[in-house]
Amino acid sequence: MSDETLNLTLRVWRQDNSDSEGEFRDYKLSGVSTHMSFLEMLDVLNEQLIEAGEMPVAFDHDCREGICGMCSLMINGQAHGPDNATTTCQLHMRRFQDGDTIVIEPWRAAAFPVLRDLVVDRSAFDRIIQSGGYVSTNTGNAPDGNAIPIPGKVQEVAMDAAACIGCGACVAACKNASAMLFVSAKVSQLAVLPQGHAERTGRVLNMVAQMDEEGFGHCTNTSECEAACPAEISVSNIARLNREYVRATLVNRD
Amino acid sequence: MVRVASEILNGRVPEGPVDQIWDKHRFNMKLVNPANKRKFSVIVVGTGLAGGAAAASMAELGYHVKSFCYQDSPRRAHSIAAQGGINAAKNYPNDGDSIWRLFYDTVKGGDYRAREANVYRLAQISNNIIDQCVSQGVPFAREYGGTLANRSFGGAQVSRTFYCRGQTGQQLLLGAYQALMRQVGLGKVEMFARREMLDLITIDGVARGIVVRNLSTGKLEAHTADAVVLCTGGYGNVYYLSTNAKGCNVTAAWRCHKKGAYFANPCYTQIHPTCIPVSGDYQSKLTLMSESLRNDGRVWVPKNADDSRRPSDIPEEDRDYYLERRYPSFGNLVPRDVASRAAKERCDAGFGVNDSGLAVYLDFRDAINRDGEDTIRKKYGNLFHMYHKITAEDPYQVPMKIFPAVHYTMGGLWVDYQLMSNVPGLFVCGEANFSDHGANRLGASALMQGLSDGYFVIPYTIGDHLARTKFEHIPEDHPECLAAIQNAQSRIDQLMSVQGRRTVDSFHRELGLIMWDHCGMARNKTGLETAISQIRDLREEFWKDVRVLGEGESLNQSLEKAGRVADFLEFGEIMCVDALNREESCGGHFREEHQTEDGEAKRNDEDYSYVAAWEFDGVGEEPTLHKEPLTFPNVPPTTRSYK
Repeated sequence: MSDETLNLTLRVWRQDNSDSEGEFRDYKLSGVSTHMSFLEMLDVLNEQLIEAGEMPVAFDHDCREGICGMCSLMINGQAHGPDNATTTCQLHMRRFQDGDTIVIEPWRAAAFPVLRDLVVDRSAFDRIIQSGGYVSTNTGNAPDGNAIPIPGKVQEVAMDAAACIGCGACVAACKNASAMLFVSAKVSQLAVLPQGHAERTGRVLNMVAQMDEEGFGHCTNTSECEAACPAEISVSNIARLNREYVRATLVNRD
Repeated sequence: MVRVASEILNGRVPEGPVDQIWDKHRFNMKLVNPANKRKFSVIVVGTGLAGGAAAASMAELGYHVKSFCYQDSPRRAHSIAAQGGINAAKNYPNDGDSIWRLFYDTVKGGDYRAREANVYRLAQISNNIIDQCVSQGVPFAREYGGTLANRSFGGAQVSRTFYCRGQTGQQLLLGAYQALMRQVGLGKVEMFARREMLDLITIDGVARGIVVRNLSTGKLEAHTADAVVLCTGGYGNVYYLSTNAKGCNVTAAWRCHKKGAYFANPCYTQIHPTCIPVSGDYQSKLTLMSESLRNDGRVWVPKNADDSRRPSDIPEEDRDYYLERRYPSFGNLVPRDVASRAAKERCDAGFGVNDSGLAVYLDFRDAINRDGEDTIRKKYGNLFHMYHKITAEDPYQVPMKIFPAVHYTMGGLWVDYQLMSNVPGLFVCGEANFSDHGANRLGASALMQGLSDGYFVIPYTIGDHLARTKFEHIPEDHPECLAAIQNAQSRIDQLMSVQGRRTVDSFHRELGLIMWDHCGMARNKTGLETAISQIRDLREEFWKDVRVLGEGESLNQSLEKAGRVADFLEFGEIMCVDALNREESCGGHFREEHQTEDGEAKRNDEDYSYVAAWEFDGVGEEPTLHKEPLTFPNVPPTTRSYK
């Protein structure tokens, strides 16, 4: 491991609240260890800002181990930065060069309004799940877990889709700000598992309708979402969503 | 001298044989008529496994539920980061498991400091949890034929752990989250995200509401209901560096403590043996590598302290597989407290690896040779990937370097068998309570407890409380609500008005070091007394010199952190007081004065077989100790041996 340090220029989006105009501001940061995570680098910037009497940069983060989906950030125009299959909190400064200028922006999508600086409102995702991203099973006497055998291969497909962390990178990366990858991941997981079959038709119709209502754009099969996804959700889920949707429009009797 | 209350604290465990208590009690509890349930409202704070499951299940029953979380979405609660798995006594592998064995292992694993009846109920419910989660579409690992797969975990000699790759917590949480979202969609749950609880509202001594700060706008809000269920997790972040999410905090529990709720066994903290070592002073958190890795990884250090060879160049005869050496029957699968202390012992003796000397190897060479890289990748791929990202070293090629880190807190608000605190109407579930893990928690049992409390205990016990109590409607402008808001507001004003020189994080780091040095993996009297006086000084300095910029009524993350750290600075002291009082070593609490000749923990059942529940008597004042005696008629205490 190298023990270098970096001197960086950070060009950060600053915005006081949803109603105010935002702007980029440049900050110099020196002596950044290459072992730091990207968010630790922002922590250091914030300590420096507070000491200088300037409001620290607001950004969302929580688990810092790549699973909660709370961190975001467009880094040099890429959702979660340059590494594949990596959230911002798992991106490390060894990925950058001394003297770099790093541009840091919030997720860009009309359906994710900016609350402050780099913090956006992603509650649209919750409302999409509310519209059908579940199995209607009340807590109680569910049948034995082994009552319905689910072949290992089917379970693997479901698990691949279920791994979505709901961060919104797919939306931020998409030129249309489409949420198709997010929606398709949940639709796929529940469509391939027998537990999800009973509500298969209504689920896909309702979730797509809610997605549209939230103001997400359409999918034009660019696959930028898949490239940006830290959980490696495949666009084949979008293909399955489209099949599920067509099927549902044909069989729906409501 | 500690002030001890004369009255014995009663856990209200119903009489009867331990395997019948819960069934009988479910019959004896009062019911709320289905048509009346909609007239009752319940506040649930936190949306992790306990909170998400509780809110969804109570809403399904018909109660009106208000659910709160500090994150931007309930799906982000830190249960999501649990990796390894969830235990259940299904005995699918036919290897000798049973409810009784899970009960026995958990009581023993907790070093005989948990309440037997609670643990038995947990073991009983464990099987329902798996069924419930499967019905929600949680994609547990399966065998080719389609049946559920199991793996083994620390502290047990049977394979009873269900898992979803290395992200079991994520899948269980999303199951609970989806159940919760369904109820939000149906209008049965009102969801309040980005809200942080700042106070408990009590009326005539009964919990009737909470004060929250809307983190997006900074505005304070009062919410009232007929009962409050706290599911706000643990307090590991008192150490600053821990495996907890950055936002995890003690504030909600601490504010309830200040309103009269007893805090039980705060000194019981779990130091997890397999975490990625600290790399620098900018470090913001520690990352866990699941305990499940110890199924296939072997832990070792070089036999010679000055061995500077690369690990792969060190031959078998120069390696000390110290867990296998010291504990031949459990080997690398000893419980967490034992594994952590053994790593500390080797590092203290100078055998540690890494530049810091504070790490040991976790080596997969033999497993890869035996099973092939593909098999190992399938089991642990995401963990290896994460390790590689963080350290830039490939664990398929070189052994992982690991070191213990703060992970879980067994202590929490005191609750009785119904999970109600001593403040009527205030229930506490999951990691936030103290009840099921004693002095040490076994792997894959935190998820079990969170979901047990949330899906299968609180929906019953809350009904009993609601059916027995008469409730008057409390408007949100009731004088007690206004007073609680005023109280929270004045604390915010105080934080904003200091305008000192030091950042909040600098105080938090300093507190963390005090706690780690003196109230961490090993504790002693002198160290704990030093810690208490250092914490008091630091707290004083905080209120004189902290710098919080901006305004209270806006999204202000410095202010959020300042409030949490201010509470940790009060809470840290009670942890040390509890650790000082407990003159024995048990589970995660290791007092250096109390050890055997070969360095194992020495329990003192005669004097300390009790729950230490502390009553608040003012900041910096000695709290009053309430004792709940513990008895073990079914699992007689023995010296815990994994040799």
